[in-house]
Amino acid sequence: MLDQTQVERLEAEAVNSAKTRQPLYAARKKIFPKRASGSFRRFKWLVMAITLGIYYLTPWLRWDRGAFAPDQAVLLDLANRRFYFFFIEIWPQEFYYVAGLLMMAGIGLFLITSTVGRAWCGYTCPQTVWVDLFLVVERAIEGDRNARMKLDAGPWTARKLVLRVTKHAIWVVIAVATGGAWIFYFADAPTLIGEVFTGTAAPVAYVTIAVLTATTYTFGGLMREQVCTYMCPWPRIQAAMLDENSLTVTYNDWRGEPRSRHAKKALAAGQPVGDCVDCNACVAVCPMGIDIRDGQQLECITCALCIDACDGIMDKLGRERGLISYATLSDYNANMAVATAGGSSPATPSLVRTAEGKFSDRLAHFHIRKIFRLRTFIYLGAWSAVGLALLYSLLTRERLELNVLHDRNPQFVTLSDGSIRNGYTVKLLNMIPEPRTIVVILQGLPGAEMSAVGVDLPPARSFTTLAEPDRLKMLKVFVRQPADQIEGTTQSFTFRIEDKADLESAEYTATFNAPEIAR
Amino acid sequence: MSTERIDDVSGISTTGHEWDGIKELNNPLPRWWVITFYITIAWAAAYTIAYPAWPMLSSATKGVLGYSSRNDVKNELAAAEAAKGKYVAAIQAKTVSEIAADDALREFAVAAGGAAFKVNCVQCHGSGAQGSAGFPNLNDDEWLWGGSAEQIQQTITHGIRFASDPDTRQSEMPAFGDIITPEQATQVSAYVASLSGPVHDASLIEPGAKVFAENCVACHGANAKGNKELGAPDLTDAIWFYGSGETAIAAQVRAPKHGVMPAWIGRLGETTVKELAVYVHSLGGGE
Repeated sequence: MLDQTQVERLEAEAVNSAKTRQPLYAARKKIFPKRASGSFRRFKWLVMAITLGIYYLTPWLRWDRGAFAPDQAVLLDLANRRFYFFFIEIWPQEFYYVAGLLMMAGIGLFLITSTVGRAWCGYTCPQTVWVDLFLVVERAIEGDRNARMKLDAGPWTARKLVLRVTKHAIWVVIAVATGGAWIFYFADAPTLIGEVFTGTAAPVAYVTIAVLTATTYTFGGLMREQVCTYMCPWPRIQAAMLDENSLTVTYNDWRGEPRSRHAKKALAAGQPVGDCVDCNACVAVCPMGIDIRDGQQLECITCALCIDACDGIMDKLGRERGLISYATLSDYNANMAVATAGGSSPATPSLVRTAEGKFSDRLAHFHIRKIFRLRTFIYLGAWSAVGLALLYSLLTRERLELNVLHDRNPQFVTLSDGSIRNGYTVKLLNMIPEPRTIVVILQGLPGAEMSAVGVDLPPARSFTTLAEPDRLKMLKVFVRQPADQIEGTTQSFTFRIEDKADLESAEYTATFNAPEIAR
Repeated sequence: MSTERIDDVSGISTTGHEWDGIKELNNPLPRWWVITFYITIAWAAAYTIAYPAWPMLSSATKGVLGYSSRNDVKNELAAAEAAKGKYVAAIQAKTVSEIAADDALREFAVAAGGAAFKVNCVQCHGSGAQGSAGFPNLNDDEWLWGGSAEQIQQTITHGIRFASDPDTRQSEMPAFGDIITPEQATQVSAYVASLSGPVHDASLIEPGAKVFAENCVACHGANAKGNKELGAPDLTDAIWFYGSGETAIAAQVRAPKHGVMPAWIGRLGETTVKELAVYVHSLGGGE
């Protein structure tokens, strides 16, 4: 049963193991992650395809908004200060939607972390995705772990030079494509790509490509796990987010220990033998270069590749999968209590298995119920509340707005017939990409009439003006009230604007100032 | 020379500095830090060659790139001028009325004229163009010399009673203190005040009207509505240039003040004068 000849034992050691732990200023230990295969690896391929697909393809999606707005589905038009996201158009003053989305992202991260641990880090973080992509290239050029280690240790030969140059060249190409894709979010993509290749794009486009090329190449190709370990704050924050019911990648030492490289001999000698055969497969595949058997640690991004690696070994040995698995701390502690007889002994395999070699009924297993606990409901509630508030605000937001600035210098002007005139800067915000006919109406202020600079109409209580699509229209409006109808030095009245076509309207309460004695 | 001291716990050499038994380890600086440090030194050296840097006796090295911040400003100003070129050309080609009727041109001219106003005009007319005693309010609808855009342009171009400009607006109200009696002056002041409001002694109005008909109608008109050809103000409305009320009017009758406005064409040029005219015209009183 314990035939271990088919298991390849790897010479792998964790970069941060206790006995070799180095101060932070020590030179980096190179990591050569071995290719893993299994269900988590397949899931990660899928996530990589989806996330990279979204990143590269989104700017090329089209969305018809009519003749007066761009037809790019997702566009951050910084020059014109308009942000388009499919059917949503956002003006700069509506940037709180972005703040809301960031809140949702933050709370969502808490929610995900409290339930399934650092799933963001392990699967969807751009750093993880791009490092994965760069590792694909590295493996394709230089081979898997052993070949790469041999190449790295070997002298500089022509072959090594060719391989290294090829690898870095492809990395740079990926980095350029990464930076290149980014700029298409900020301008019309089909136009911009032509400009980029003919050298006529704006300098900022090339600068952006250059900066993102540098960061992608450096972070994804050269620094890799150091970004997560040293630069990213999230590994530090996660400790506050994880609790005993969060799923994390766990080495189940209650069934693995005591680990043994020579199980047969040990068994023959009557020693207890756990499931771990100390093959180091979990260390070899780890992109962070750590040993999950040392317990949960801040370097671990929970990519679950060690689960795949270990499951493969367990399959070969004919044992149950899950020596390394997603488990909660509470389950792990319960099982450790079983294995150590309440902490009175080292982990003993016989305590967790029946005489037939099956797992004991006393072992705890993860139950989906653990995901639904007060904490996750609070996160979910907060996340949904922000989301619903944003949605409500989005569905009920005004697309016609009015702002009025009262002239303060001079506050009022006495005209030749003794009437008093006040000036206002009236701003009409037509926030839809269609031209609109807007009626400006004066409400209150008895006897008053208004005229506008550039609107060639006799003074009246209302006038009509054309608002350009998706633009702010600024009008200089003069309101004039006869002397005998002035009631006090400060009167309140209302500017109202209406779009007769879609019945949208907006109002603004303004004041009218007059001297103490009007005449 | 001191011998190397080794820390017992870490096995790393120390600097020999000790505080309360704690010794400072002599760890090397991180390599990336050292490399960055050397790069900054190299960068600084190269910078002093590329850009103006080293002080010499009378000036400084020019730098091989030939950079100059003055040239930067010059180029930016030239670019700003070029960006305005389209509008400026249109303003030069069109009359002020045409400019005021064109939304985009008017917007540009009002902005440019407003800027010029703040530099050249606010000293007399006030920052809000509201004027003060003796300096007309440009927001209201009474115009001494006419409130059409063209008339305003003419006034700004040649000024008022500005001796060195032959085309300047010229008029001079005589000092009636030398022509009529003090009693007549009081009467005519009461009459003029009565045209726009109550006066304290209504018996003065009738003789005042007679004085007015004999002396004032030539310029101010039989109905006292003034004459813009002569810069004679309308005396029936609510706006008073040198102050309202019988006393102020009497003072102006006896010894009139004559305000002077310079001709601006020589100093500002035609484009700016046009922009100013459009700006003033847009303040609300333009005709």
